[in-house]
Amino acid sequence: MEELYRDYILDHYKNPRNFGELETRDLEFHDHNPLCGDELGVHIRVEDGKIADLRFHGQGCAISQAAASIASEELIGMPIDEVGDLSADWVIEQLGIDISATRRKCALLNLKVIRGATTGDASWPE
Amino acid sequence: MATAHHTSTLPDVRADFPVLRREWNGHRVTYIDSAATAQKPKQVLDAMDRFLNESNASVHRGVYDLGREATELFEGARERIASFVGGTAETTIFTHNATEAINLVAYAWARDNLGPGDEILITRMEHHSNVVPWQLVCQDTGAKLRYLGVSDDGRLSLDELDSVLAEGRVKLVGVVHVSNVLGTINPVAEIAARARAAGAVSVVDGTQAVPQMPVNVADVGADFYAWTGHKALGPTGVGVLHGRRELLLEMRPFIAGGHMISRVDDELSTWAELPHKFEAGTSAIAEAIGLGAAIDYLSDLGMENVRTHERDLTTYALERLPEVPDITLHGPPDPDRRGGVVSFSMEGIHPHDIAEVCDRFAVCIRAGHHCAQPLMRRLGVGATARASFHVYNAPENVDRLLEALHEARRVFEL
Repeated sequence: MEELYRDYILDHYKNPRNFGELETRDLEFHDHNPLCGDELGVHIRVEDGKIADLRFHGQGCAISQAAASIASEELIGMPIDEVGDLSADWVIEQLGIDISATRRKCALLNLKVIRGATTGDASWPE
Repeated sequence: MATAHHTSTLPDVRADFPVLRREWNGHRVTYIDSAATAQKPKQVLDAMDRFLNESNASVHRGVYDLGREATELFEGARERIASFVGGTAETTIFTHNATEAINLVAYAWARDNLGPGDEILITRMEHHSNVVPWQLVCQDTGAKLRYLGVSDDGRLSLDELDSVLAEGRVKLVGVVHVSNVLGTINPVAEIAARARAAGAVSVVDGTQAVPQMPVNVADVGADFYAWTGHKALGPTGVGVLHGRRELLLEMRPFIAGGHMISRVDDELSTWAELPHKFEAGTSAIAEAIGLGAAIDYLSDLGMENVRTHERDLTTYALERLPEVPDITLHGPPDPDRRGGVVSFSMEGIHPHDIAEVCDRFAVCIRAGHHCAQPLMRRLGVGATARASFHVYNAPENVDRLLEALHEARRVFEL
């Protein structure tokens, strides 16, 4: 059990980083997981072709919230044109835990909205 | 802990359900997700197996003995299923599930009878299967979709129903008999009577009602009553629509093709007698026979006894769940007003995570929006966790759930 809900996962779930909204934003996207109704939106401010600031908002399970929180720390400062190359494996690797097939979409929802905001491709990451 | 709840009105039938022998993560399965789908007794599996091994043939066709036998088994199942809920075989239509049954009404009645200025009235506790078909009807006809509210304790208001009906525009009323989230048992006979008095057709979604309590569709008196086999201990792939004969006779067919015709000319066709007019193509024959065996099984237990068992288990769950700190129970507090389903939320743990921890104890609960997003918005939640019971459950299943919920709080450091 603790292999999934590790201390840092629970920490990110209970104290999500970079959560909220940005008053000034260049990109945004909102989506949900139709299986469970979890929702996640993202606001992005771009400077010099990089993600200068980013906020996630929404509601969901520990895995979807922690995955977004962990990803947010890596995404700020990243060149926008690299975001489209981020893969599902990248998210899972950042998360650092084994994800079962049933929880995979929970973990990938943040990448889905990030891609939606930056590339317009809102399909589920493979 | 009250020991009275441990004396069930039902015999211990768990041995009839082979899947309940499964174990994982070191635990015997605790299956409390029957509102999603029920497990099947071996009597149902044997009936389907026997049909496919010994009697399989297309129905209503074969001149040969096997075909006659298959037809008798199939139509015999229809007759027993119809009488199980107080209907007639002629007005008992096999569909593939309850969703298709409601869509049959949406396509074959509503689209031909509604137009701009008309209203469809449903409730905020409907499953999506009794919401989305009507949204599409409204898009196609110009009719307007309205919702009856749900009170904080999970009930509908007949006064609100009366005031909406009094406006005179409602042509169809859709209501769920037993809510798949709140468990609320709605006064569907009363609602159908008021709808009729106001000149509206009524559609009742009986998906959660037929499996767990005595239902008599004649007493309910709705124009259409839909349910599905797989939640009533039967197989997937077979659902049922009971319709008012006069309406079924005047309606156009829904799906068109083989079997549902009387005669096919080059340009036009005429329709088969009821219920075949609404059963195009080859039916789910083995599944209908399996459902026949399922209702035989339930009839042997006695639906009054099944209902008492469900109520006792729900009472026990409603008593014990509040032992878990920061838990919120949804739905009517009175077990006499609700079926065997209990939805709940826990402060600080998302329902998906509750279900994940439960799985470690092989406790099967549902987490999510339960295909009832308008109701989730009313409750102010994105999702809930849900336990639901059937004839094979016992109070110890609730005990296992509680242990898992306490463990979930420990894992989440609450």
